[in-house]
Formats: sequence, C-alpha cells, structure tokens
Amino acid sequence: MDLRLPVGALFAIFGALLTLFGAFGPKDIYEKSLGINVNLYWGAVLLVFGLLMAGFALAASKREAQAKAE
Amino acid sequence: MTNLHMGQVHLGLIDYALMLIYFVFVIGIGASLKRRVKTSSDFFQSGRSIPAWITGLAFLSANLGAQEVIGMGASGAKYGIATAHFYWVGAIPAMVFVGIFMMPFYYGSKARSVPEYLKLRYDEKTRGFNAFSFAIMTLFSSGISLFAMAKLLGLLLGWDFTFSMLVSAGIVLAYIFLGGLTSAIYNEVLQFFLIVFGFLPLVVIGLTKAGGWDGVKHSLDLLAVQNHFPAGAYTHAWAHMGSATNPMGVDWFSLTMGLGFVLSFGYWCTDFLVVQRAMAANSMSAARRTPLIAAVPKMLFPFLVILPGMIAMALTANGAASGYSLPLDAKGGLDYNMAAPSMLVHFFPTGLLGVGMTALLASFMSGMAGNVTAFNTVFTVDIYESYIRPKQSDHHYLMVGKFATVGGILVSILTALLAANFNNIMDMLQLVFAFVNAPLFATFLLGMFWKRTTGHGAFFGLLSGTVGAAIHHGLTRPAGEFEAIKGGWLGHIVHTYPSDMAQNFWTAIIAWTTCFVVTIIISSLTKRTKSDEELTGLVYSLTPKPEETEKVWYKQPVVLGIIVLMGAVILNVLFS
Repeated sequence: MDLRLPVGALFAIFGALLTLFGAFGPKDIYEKSLGINVNLYWGAVLLVFGLLMAGFALAASKREAQAKAE
Repeated sequence: MTNLHMGQVHLGLIDYALMLIYFVFVIGIGASLKRRVKTSSDFFQSGRSIPAWITGLAFLSANLGAQEVIGMGASGAKYGIATAHFYWVGAIPAMVFVGIFMMPFYYGSKARSVPEYLKLRYDEKTRGFNAFSFAIMTLFSSGISLFAMAKLLGLLLGWDFTFSMLVSAGIVLAYIFLGGLTSAIYNEVLQFFLIVFGFLPLVVIGLTKAGGWDGVKHSLDLLAVQNHFPAGAYTHAWAHMGSATNPMGVDWFSLTMGLGFVLSFGYWCTDFLVVQRAMAANSMSAARRTPLIAAVPKMLFPFLVILPGMIAMALTANGAASGYSLPLDAKGGLDYNMAAPSMLVHFFPTGLLGVGMTALLASFMSGMAGNVTAFNTVFTVDIYESYIRPKQSDHHYLMVGKFATVGGILVSILTALLAANFNNIMDMLQLVFAFVNAPLFATFLLGMFWKRTTGHGAFFGLLSGTVGAAIHHGLTRPAGEFEAIKGGWLGHIVHTYPSDMAQNFWTAIIAWTTCFVVTIIISSLTKRTKSDEELTGLVYSLTPKPEETEKVWYKQPVVLGIIVLMGAVILNVLFS
C-alpha cells in the first residue's frame, strides 16, 4: 500500500468538510479566530495538500503498472 | 481574570465527525496491513521493508507524544525560547550521530532490538539488565501518556476519564494488533501531518494576536524584568547562559554536557523506541537516513510546539486587553501545562477545533503506540525467547508478540489508573528510570568504538553509573525544594543547585562519567570473551566501512548530516 493514498484521502476529506462548513456554516463563530474564517481558508489548504498526496500516489501506481505492461 | 478556571468547551457535530473519520482511517490502515503480517519479522521489524521518508517521519512522530506537544508548550511558557535547546543542542546533533556512526552497527548486525545488540556485543547479563528496565519503562511511559490524555480531555471537554482512556487504548491496541510495527509506523506518519496541520494555524493566529514576533518579544521582555531577569531572558537562547541567572537556572556547561551530550545522545542513540523505526528501513542507506530525515522537521518543531507556549505567556502578560490568560492550577499558580491546549480552545472555532483536538489525540496515540511496539518486541525477543521459552516456531513468537501487545496495553491502563491515584509513585519511577538510562550511552560508545570493552566492564559500568546517579541525587537538592523526590534523601546536602533542571543535567553527567571510567577500568582488568570475528559488524574498527551506494547527493547520509548540522547552527545563531 502506498501510504500517500490514505494520508491524501484523510486530508482531502478533512479539507472538503472544513471548506464546506466555512462556506455554508454559521459565520458568527469566527470572533474567536480574530474575525478570520479559518475553516474556509485552512480547509482549502488541507484539501489541496490531500489531493496532491493522493495524486502523487495514483501517478506512481500508474507508472508502475505501465512499467509492468512493457 | 476571565479564565480563572478553564471553562469547558462543547464540540460541534463537525468536530466529532472529524475525530470519527480519523479513527476510521487509523483502524482501516491497520486492517489493510493485516494480510501482510505473516512472520514475526513482519510484526516486529516490518520485514525491514519501509522506505526512508516513512521511517524518518515515524522516527520523529514516535517521540511526539504527550511530552512534546504539551510539555514543550509548557516549557516555552515557563522558560521561553531557551526551551529550544532541547532541539538545537539536544536532539539534532544526537540524531546526526546515530544516523551516521551508529546505524551501521544496529542495522548491519541484524539485531532485532537494542538489547539484542548488547547481547551480541557483550553478554547475557548486560542484555538482561537493559531488556528488563526498558520493558518496564515503556509500559509506564505508555500508561503515563494515557493518563495525561484522559486528564486533559476531561479538563478541556468534560469527557469521562475512564471512557477516554479505554477508547484511545482500544484504538491503539486494534491497529497494532492487526498490522504490527508497520501499522504503528504508517499511523505515526499520519499523526505527524495531523500535528503539523493542527498546530500551524494556532501559531499564525496566536502571533497575529500578539503583534507578531516583535510583539511577543516586547511583552516577554517586560515580563522578564518583572521576574528579575535580564530583559531578553525569555527570547534569547544563549545570551544569558554565561551563568545560571536565566529562567532555566542552568549555565552553558551543564547545558551542553548534561543535555546536549549525555541525555540527548543517550535517548536518541540508544532508546529502542526510536531506533526501532530506523531498523525497519528497507536498506542500510535508508536506515542511516532515517534520523537525518527526521532531523529536518525536528529542528523546525520549536516554532510549532514551543512558540505557542511563549505566545500564551506574552498574551497573559498583556493582561485583560488580550482576552486570553493562562489558566491557574489548583494552588493558584499559572498552569503551564495548559498553555498549548488552552490556546487551541481559545482561538479555534468549531471545525478547526476538531482538527486541533484530533491532532492532540493523534500525538497521544502515537506516543503510546511507539512505547507499545517497542515493548512487544523487547518482551518477545529479549525476555520470552531468551529466558522463558527459546527455540519455538516463528508462528509461536508472532502470537506471543500479539499477546504481549494486549498485555502491554492492559498494564498501561492499570498504570494510568495508578497514576490517577498515586502521583508520587509515578514521579519516583520516572526518577529511577532516569538513573538507569543516564549512563547507557557510555556503554554503547565504548562498545562500538573500543573493541577491548568486555561484558563484565559494560555490566558493572552500567550498574555503577546508575548507582552514581542515585547517590548524586541523594546528596544534592534544587534551591527551594524540600521533598525527598527532588533530592537530598541521603540526609546530607553536599550542593544546592539553582534549579531542578541543573540538578538533572549534573546527575546525567555524573552517571555517564562514572559508567565510562568504571567500564574502562574493569574492561582492562578482565579478559576479552569475544573474538575479533565475533565482533565484526558490531565494533567500528572491525567492520568494513559502509560503501556509499547512493549516487545522488541528497540521498547520501554524510551530506545530509552536514546540511542538518549547519541548519542547527544557523538556528542557534539566529535566536542566540
């Protein structure tokens, strides 16, 4: 198992949930975080990181399959 | 005073959802590795098949337990940036040393554990001494980690102590039982990323609130003067180390010798908990790179775990205007241990709070899992196979390893319950382990670099080092402390140290020196029992130098080691 896959998947899910919650959830909870919608921004960071990790893993397994086929 | 007693926070639905998803992943990783665990080598050593970047992050993360995240935040609040010495003077040089000089013997000897290396290099009694003390110590550490977590969850979220303890112990048990060391290592990598992504926003928000690094410096300078220290005492790591008039109460000599040399090399180079990660690597080169790869994030960790504590202190010093203040403990003093967790709860809205709490849970669980995997290996390889039932089938030992995991977790839970009721017993045990561990690096150093060192020399050296540590502790005491657990229990005080940290560092220096000298004397007086052939691969002068097989420079251990050391020097200078 390529470890990047579960790591990527976990962070993609975390990121997606946070981004959606930040975009559509209540807005009056951000007084704590100095008025910044941290869920939206940090969620986006986690989402990108997760997708990149998972993407690298998938690309690697594709290359491997190709190498085997040749 | 708004935060006299920490108000408990209620998590939202999304916070619970994030935690639950994390638990599913953790157990899922264990389950998906289950069919790969066929032999005892798969279970205890991951079949020596893991790539370097994974063992490297696991090397770092196994040590990233409660002590690091909570303890370093607490020390950051109490002592300021000087806490970073635990990284830039302590951990980094030791990690470079173990990677470049010691890993060839650990990995090359085919020993399955650190005690087994001692058996190959010295004799049975030296191995036995190390195996038993290490096995007991890991279980207590794991129990203490469990206790700290359950207590923290109770304080922050109002969760029931027994409930949080059983749930997290159950999850750790499940994923180690299923996937063995590989499962622990994979989850440690996941935990590493969670801790980074969970704490980074705290640093950013906290710094913004405190007016940036300059703001933190300004507030802490005022605080330092208030506390009768020089103005930069909390924000300069070296400037006030000339004498012990800094918040830590240590001078540069005890710092570099006690912490930098004896304690750090002793931990990073001989503690099987971390060394086991490197021994699971898929090649000699990967094993040597493991601690070096770990050292890169390690030297940046002060910004993640110490800085929040300093920010907490700066905001507290700023008074009511900041809206945050460090909670107070039962005696009415500042509760430094709550620095990082209380900041998390103060600044994170629901959502991000779920990520932060998951990161905290992850850190506790990775610390516990590290102890449990080290325990089940040492128990099976060095105790069961050596003293209870030798020469059984591989399958038999695999099953013993699995049962040792269950047994280890059960003892951890009992220890946690014990810790909840008798705090002093735990303090005493930790003190005894400190005595046993302090001299260990002298035994390894002499064993690896002087072929004349004998088994008797090593064993009695270790023993006298341990006794030396105990005697030193019994004859000295930190200023202002009068309990027996703090020292002076031999009834006569020879020296009073400015702080308990100075006393700890000197205990280590004395233990190491005693062990070093006694080992040399006894080795010179006793006959060698191992021939040159038997010591090949175990001692530096009798082992062929590892050839550089990596073509690209960034995969070569020596090049990496030099880069890492330069990084540590630069950080020391920047924050001197």
